[in-house]
Amino acid sequence: MNPLESLRVAGESLAANRLRSLLTMIGVIIGVAAVVVLVAIGGGAKSMVENEVEGLGSNIILIVPGKFAFGTAPSLSRLQYSDIDLAARVVGSPDDVTASITSGEEVRSGPLDFFATVQGLTQTVPQIFNRPIAQGAYLTKADVDTGARVVVLGADVASALFPGEDPVGRPVTIAGVRFRVVGVAVRRGSAFGVSQDSQVDIPITAAQRLFGVSAVQDLAVKAPTPDRIKPLSDQLVAALSAKYPGERFSAVTQDQILGTIGRILSLLTLVLAAIAGISLLVGGVGVSNIMLVGVRERTREIGLRKALGARQRDVTLQFLIEAVLLTAVGGAIGILLGVAISAAVGALSPLPTQIAWWSPAVAFAVSVAVGVFFGVVPARRAGRLDPVVALRTD
Amino acid sequence: MTTLADVAPGVAAAIEARDVRRVYRLDGVDVDALRGVSLRIEEGEYVAITGPSGSGKSTLMHLLGCLDRPTSGSLLVGGRDIARLGDADLAQVRNEEIGFVFQSFQLLARTSALDNVALPLVYRGIGRGERRRRAKEALEAVRLGHRLGHRPTQLSGGEQQRVAIARALVGEPRVLLADEPTGNLDTVNGDEVMTILERLNGERGVAVVLVTHEAEVAARARRLIRIRDGLVVEDTIVAHGAAVRS
Ligand SMILES: Nc1ncnc2c1ncn2[C@@H]1O[C@H](COP(=O)(O)OP(=O)(O)OP(=O)(O)O)[C@@H](O)[C@H]1O
Ligand SMILES: [Mg+2]
Repeated sequence: MNPLESLRVAGESLAANRLRSLLTMIGVIIGVAAVVVLVAIGGGAKSMVENEVEGLGSNIILIVPGKFAFGTAPSLSRLQYSDIDLAARVVGSPDDVTASITSGEEVRSGPLDFFATVQGLTQTVPQIFNRPIAQGAYLTKADVDTGARVVVLGADVASALFPGEDPVGRPVTIAGVRFRVVGVAVRRGSAFGVSQDSQVDIPITAAQRLFGVSAVQDLAVKAPTPDRIKPLSDQLVAALSAKYPGERFSAVTQDQILGTIGRILSLLTLVLAAIAGISLLVGGVGVSNIMLVGVRERTREIGLRKALGARQRDVTLQFLIEAVLLTAVGGAIGILLGVAISAAVGALSPLPTQIAWWSPAVAFAVSVAVGVFFGVVPARRAGRLDPVVALRTD
Repeated sequence: MTTLADVAPGVAAAIEARDVRRVYRLDGVDVDALRGVSLRIEEGEYVAITGPSGSGKSTLMHLLGCLDRPTSGSLLVGGRDIARLGDADLAQVRNEEIGFVFQSFQLLARTSALDNVALPLVYRGIGRGERRRRAKEALEAVRLGHRLGHRPTQLSGGEQQRVAIARALVGEPRVLLADEPTGNLDTVNGDEVMTILERLNGERGVAVVLVTHEAEVAARARRLIRIRDGLVVEDTIVAHGAAVRS
């Protein structure tokens, strides 16, 4: 019997029991759809983080004290403001270096207040990071040199403190100290429901005085080209280690951050997909069960086919194809459903979704494999039936 | 006892059983269904097998039809010992050499008469068009050319058995084995089935072996084999062959 013939027979027998076939498929449909949706959510999260990190700017190197790792707290910084100059000498361009101090603080304007991330930075920030200004201007070199009490507001902060007004030139207080608004940043939106616009930038020198610290938390450097990232990182760490013997410094690049976050998200996606895969497995057991019922019901038909010349192999193949057809059709429906749900989730919820080309392919392959795996036992049982015994059953 | 083998020795039998035994094991107890049966079915013969209920007729038919294997002794189909054949080869013998007609018709309920008849050819790897052409021919040979698209439920018992005969015939087998083919039919329909079997035997030369309880049916055969308690107790050529009469 040729395989095409087996496929036709299998299709006919599934069509003859349409409702049962559909109910059997539901397990596989749900399993596959769940895998596709969860992988799409994982992929969406990953690509959003990637966009976020890449959107910071290009070829950025962060120099942080201590060892950069998830799971250990950052070391207390001993970096000094003057280390900006040290880094500038290594890079060969003072415009490509900045430093920061960060602290969460209350920002007020009259009766209105906003708890913002206050960042002490330098005038070179727009050169290094993507930080376009919507109104006014960014901090100037003079602001930083003199420790001027001026501030650039994030979009959320501006709209919270100055609803419907132009904040430029207006006063705000940060941690009780008066600052003058000189600019408002362009709205960047939110990632994972966390706003990116609740940050305010002040001169790092003003931040040192405001927070009463002399150290800076980290340095940021822009490498001129991607292939300079690695050597510059090494040189910067070496220069700082020479200046502060016994201290440890780490260079963190965007690729490293992406790699670390990417690994975490990939693992998360994998775990979610595996959980969804369990329902696929349960669906497979359902297929196996219904196939066994089918073999029992059609014992006489099997006996007849064997009496008429069907080989064990023909009968086994026919039932195996039936099982695989069941899971393959279920898988295909599950993929369509999964893609539709992913699109709906992406459109209607804050969760981003992105369907990787491989996830429907893998889901389909797995459902076919489930059909083979769970179809083999019933199919072999069918193939081994003794024709005389089978013909006598009713 | 006189058999055709005595009349025409040396010609290869269509099917030959040599000291065939079949023991069923039921709850640890051995049931001797056949206790040493030897017989030759010649090409083109028309044989009736009779015997009391439980004497082993069906068991013998299953063995002759290669649906089952003997516990001991040997079975030769067209001179080939089936003991040496594996599952696939045995299936091929069933498909090509044997046509089996069952008492209870055994048609696929959801399938048209035409496709029921074409079923054996599916396992011979013959294409759909050719299968249908041959199936149509076979149905016409049993005078059912006007019922090709009917399903078994839309046919009378006699018509269903004729479909089953067409199915047994479509592969042009050496032997047609029929286990009580008229057992589920009334006299009129049973008669028609017998007439068709006789005509096929006469016109096409296909050997026919049928099991029957009815004396009139047995009387129409040219050779009569009587079985009792798993043994052949009588094997005679009947002078007035009914096939000649039709
Ligand atoms: N599968 C089986 N397992 C155990 N015993 C069996 C089996 N098939 C048949 N037998 C026994 O073997 C003997 C012969 O059975 P068989 O069916 O060949 O008889 P039969 O001559 O065809 O009878 P009937 O005229 O009633 O159809 C009987 O005693 C029966 O009980
Ligand atoms: Mg019987």
